[in-house]
Amino acid sequence: MTASLTVRERGTRRAPGGTRTAGARLAGRRQRPGLWFALPAAALLLIFFAYPLATSLLQSFFSTKGGESTFVGLDQYARLFRDPLVLKSLGTALLILVVQVPIMIALAVGLAYILNQAWVRFRSGFRLIIFLPAITTLVAYSVVFRVMMTTDGGALNQILGVFGAGPIDWLNNEWWARVAVIASITWRWTGYNMVIILAGLQAIPAELYEAARIDGAGRWQTFWHIVVPQLRPVLIFTIVTSTIGALQLFDENFILTGGGPNNATLTPVLYLYKVGFQQFDFGYADAIAWMLVVLTAIIAVIQFRVLREKP
Amino acid sequence: MTTELIVTGRARRRGIPSRRRHEPLLRRIALRSPVYLVLVVASVLSLIPFAWMVIASTHKTSDLFVTPLPLLPGGEFWQNLGRLQESVGFGQVMINSVLVAVLYTVFSSIISVMCGYGLATYRFRGRGVLMGVILVTMMIPMQVLLVPLFQMMASAGWIDSYQALIIPFLANAFGIFLMRQGFLDFPTTLIEAARIDGASELRTFYRIVLPVARPQIAALIIYTFISQWNSFIWPLLMLNSEDKYTIPVALNTMIGLSRVDYSGLMLGSLLATLPLFLLFLVFQKQFVAGLLGGAVKG
Repeated sequence: MTASLTVRERGTRRAPGGTRTAGARLAGRRQRPGLWFALPAAALLLIFFAYPLATSLLQSFFSTKGGESTFVGLDQYARLFRDPLVLKSLGTALLILVVQVPIMIALAVGLAYILNQAWVRFRSGFRLIIFLPAITTLVAYSVVFRVMMTTDGGALNQILGVFGAGPIDWLNNEWWARVAVIASITWRWTGYNMVIILAGLQAIPAELYEAARIDGAGRWQTFWHIVVPQLRPVLIFTIVTSTIGALQLFDENFILTGGGPNNATLTPVLYLYKVGFQQFDFGYADAIAWMLVVLTAIIAVIQFRVLREKP
Repeated sequence: MTTELIVTGRARRRGIPSRRRHEPLLRRIALRSPVYLVLVVASVLSLIPFAWMVIASTHKTSDLFVTPLPLLPGGEFWQNLGRLQESVGFGQVMINSVLVAVLYTVFSSIISVMCGYGLATYRFRGRGVLMGVILVTMMIPMQVLLVPLFQMMASAGWIDSYQALIIPFLANAFGIFLMRQGFLDFPTTLIEAARIDGASELRTFYRIVLPVARPQIAALIIYTFISQWNSFIWPLLMLNSEDKYTIPVALNTMIGLSRVDYSGLMLGSLLATLPLFLLFLVFQKQFVAGLLGGAVKG
């Protein structure tokens, strides 16, 4: 979500004063109608966003376990640092971040690059098929993967068996469960990112390729010196949305592994859910939530920095 | 905001032209076949879960784990459907999901379009603040709100009700932002012309702006529908009675049963995916634009 902001910003910069023209021309004459148009959204945001947000911040300074509410200051936040499960869930997010996101983005770039070549036949067909996973309902695809990853006789192990690979205990072994999660997310999101990157590739002016060719650049040189720099904003967008996705991962892990085995695939949101709605430790759940806010904010800041830097 | 994609037309002409036209045939085959190999492998990997979903939903559960696996659809579809209906009342679940998603989409889209238009077209007191709040809302993970919203819903007595699924998220920051960006590019002259002709603000909005903005509104509607259709954690928290479950929640319950009905589960997943799939077939372009949101400005 955050990222679209930045990429949008770029669009605005390209056509400066979009707001100004529309705004200024209609300004002065009529102001009221704008307020009326925005009022329903503003009211709803106040009630269902600003108010609960404030409540959750406030509540994170209280201990709410067992229905009693006592002010404990920053204790809940201090608890975060001592809680091995917080570390473990952040570890899962980090693993997704440093393993899954790069694999997925590399695959997406590769596929998009191939599908942007004029000589490739059935391009729209391939594009459509590879994009299909993005259309599945999150819970439904997680269910399908869970069934496919059954250890005894599950479809995946049977396919592996054809190639002579032994059955894998996908969901009950700590490391294989992580692999299972990574594989599922990669399956679901690669095509989606490919399509974004493809749109970015198509926005690169043909003259740049021409110029590169005239200068005698080879395939790899063209790729690294033309395609990658031109694609930078789009790449950053996909990386940042994927990063935030990794931080907010819930559905897949909840359905696939329930966070197990031995919390190997516990995500921060899954942990928040367990603390809040299974242990009813609301104050601590709020602290976990605000930890997520801070992490997301840090990522957003880094993203703005990187984007602003000229290549 | 329109991202051209999947859809062919312009895209086809835009590809990078091939570099040398007269490469020797053998060399060309040697260079090109790995590329096709990659594409075919990627396609097969993309399709396997879908294929398995279709095959598995037409077989008995006991046939899903034998060696070799059935490779063709079987004849158990109706039996599976019957069991699915019996165990979780899937017909009702489907109706619930559609009902919630449609209601949410209608109201949320209206609110997003109105607010986006207001923000893009007028200057009014508080505009900056509102814009700021919307940006912040987009950056803050929704999970922060889980606990306080749950408590709000509990004290309002809204738990296990559809208004609890719909109302808290009606003002969708991302949707509003999407619309605002769209309306910034809206031709002001059209609005001016309508005014000179003496149309009221509301009439201008209704008669001039809405029809012209139709494609971007379609993208918004699809995006909104998908997000509600996929919504899991919140309905999971809110809904208690089985006859009110939405599809994701119902699928989750089926996993929790002591004897899991795998073929029913696969059929349920198939049925959960089907509406989005149909939506995609019919509105490919808007679908993709909606999914990608503001990713790439076309």
